[in-house]
Amino acid sequence: MNEAWDVVVVGAGPAGLAAATLLAEQQARVVLLDEQPAVGGQIYRGIERAAEHPSLLTALGPDYVYGATLAARFRASGAAYRPGSLVWQVTPGREVWFSADGSSHLVRADAVILATGAMERPVPLPGWTLPGVMTAGALQIMLKSSGVVPGEPFVVAGSGPLLFLLVQQYLAAGARPAAVLDTTARANEWRALRHLPEAVADRAGRRDLAKGLMMVAGLRRSGIPRYRHVSDIRIEGADAVTGIAFRSGTTQHRLATRLVALHEGVIPAQQMPRSIGCAFAWDAAQQCFAPVLDAWGNSSVDGVMIAGDAGGIGGARAAEHAGRLAAFEALRRLGRIDAARRDALATDDRRARQSQLAVRRFLDVLYAPRDAVLRPADDVVVCRCEEIAAGAVRDVVRQGCLGPNQAKAFLRAGMGPCQGRLCGPVVTELIAQARGVGQDEVGYYRIRSPLKPVTVGELAAMETE
Amino acid sequence: MFRRLDATPGEIRFTFDGTEQIARPGDSVAVALLAAGEPSLRDTPVSGAPRAPYCMMGVCFDCLVEIDGVGNRPACLTPVAEGMQVRRQRGARGVL
Repeated sequence: MNEAWDVVVVGAGPAGLAAATLLAEQQARVVLLDEQPAVGGQIYRGIERAAEHPSLLTALGPDYVYGATLAARFRASGAAYRPGSLVWQVTPGREVWFSADGSSHLVRADAVILATGAMERPVPLPGWTLPGVMTAGALQIMLKSSGVVPGEPFVVAGSGPLLFLLVQQYLAAGARPAAVLDTTARANEWRALRHLPEAVADRAGRRDLAKGLMMVAGLRRSGIPRYRHVSDIRIEGADAVTGIAFRSGTTQHRLATRLVALHEGVIPAQQMPRSIGCAFAWDAAQQCFAPVLDAWGNSSVDGVMIAGDAGGIGGARAAEHAGRLAAFEALRRLGRIDAARRDALATDDRRARQSQLAVRRFLDVLYAPRDAVLRPADDVVVCRCEEIAAGAVRDVVRQGCLGPNQAKAFLRAGMGPCQGRLCGPVVTELIAQARGVGQDEVGYYRIRSPLKPVTVGELAAMETE
Repeated sequence: MFRRLDATPGEIRFTFDGTEQIARPGDSVAVALLAAGEPSLRDTPVSGAPRAPYCMMGVCFDCLVEIDGVGNRPACLTPVAEGMQVRRQRGARGVL
């Protein structure tokens, strides 16, 4: 491997694959680092291996199969690729440190494209730390990567496209949920209607809406009980899940189950860009922090670009175009093309990306998370690692704590192995609520490397390449 | 709790707390253990409560296990390999 690269791309989902492919095709020296053993990110996870299992491909559906095209084009591009690489530090000077094969490595680049994707929004509710509670995305990963499905009745609870997609894929694969608890708020359904024309006016928007309607119709046809406008979820059990209690409308219900899938949408993965010092701002429409980016994906740190869902949630197809836009900008930065040429080359991707985003406003409003998810009740654990409840965070605010970093010092919230990935968004919300100020004013945890667990042995076996 | 769509037997042998387990190519340690019926992989250092993989994508770190003598390895990010010795992580806080 060369010492210095033109571009380092982090993450092998749609944005990273598209960026690295285009750069390699344009003869830039590019390396793609990814923590997974194979390409695809989470959305196209296991896409190359899945080809060996036609029935699994059928169950996962054509939008998943599409990822094989991206993967094949990447493989043909000649881009350097380092799977199994855990990037644990990126500096503003564009040094990228990572662990792979038991030792640490350092690469440098003129431009870094972060395509680190999204994570599922934390769903803090009573019982969410019990074994037997997983995210919908986690279950989908097990399906995609290993063809593993629940072997007994299970309950799916939450809101958002991924939840319904998982149910559709499970039904096609022969795994049947006992019930779907749809937490989408009634008020959202009315508010979302206002954004329907924007989605309908676009071809990709119409396609996305049609896909959504098909999923809901499929769920109805299946006869699986679908409880609507669900709230007050409480997962029961001592050492593992035994059941789930909830309210649907005005009726109280309880179902026995050993497995619950939760999902309340996805948010950008903040850890890496925050650790570099990239500026973030609160996105009120998507109810999350997103990095401040220009039209090409340039962050506030020179030479650090962010593409795909890591820059704001737009979905896989929009991410692919964003990856290509960042790649064109990187080529300009490298002096391979001028700005006029970049603009000309990027025309199709800019238009296509806009089109892929046509349905987004509608989805953002329809699946806006409920208050109870963003700002849970006092007795709910928000920091899974240190087992800190929401009430403890509210208490320290009453004692004068102004922000997440102070709360961390008081409570240890955010100091466990997940480094605040799951409690960060919730702690910011709780402090904002308690202080009566906006999320931007409250801010977020200061994120420091190492971003992933790295052993002393891996550091000692340092290789600079 | 889980089953495999493809019933052909796996070929990768590894152990969890000394008991032999079978995995398939493409499995992470976390998937292999969940598919083998393990209800949880570690206890928390704070209250000792059992935890199982939650996110399966390197976010929650509730799947931390000891692999071949090294603690705090994320089971969901580690491909399972022949002969791997995996152990449940109990309580005590390790150094990351």
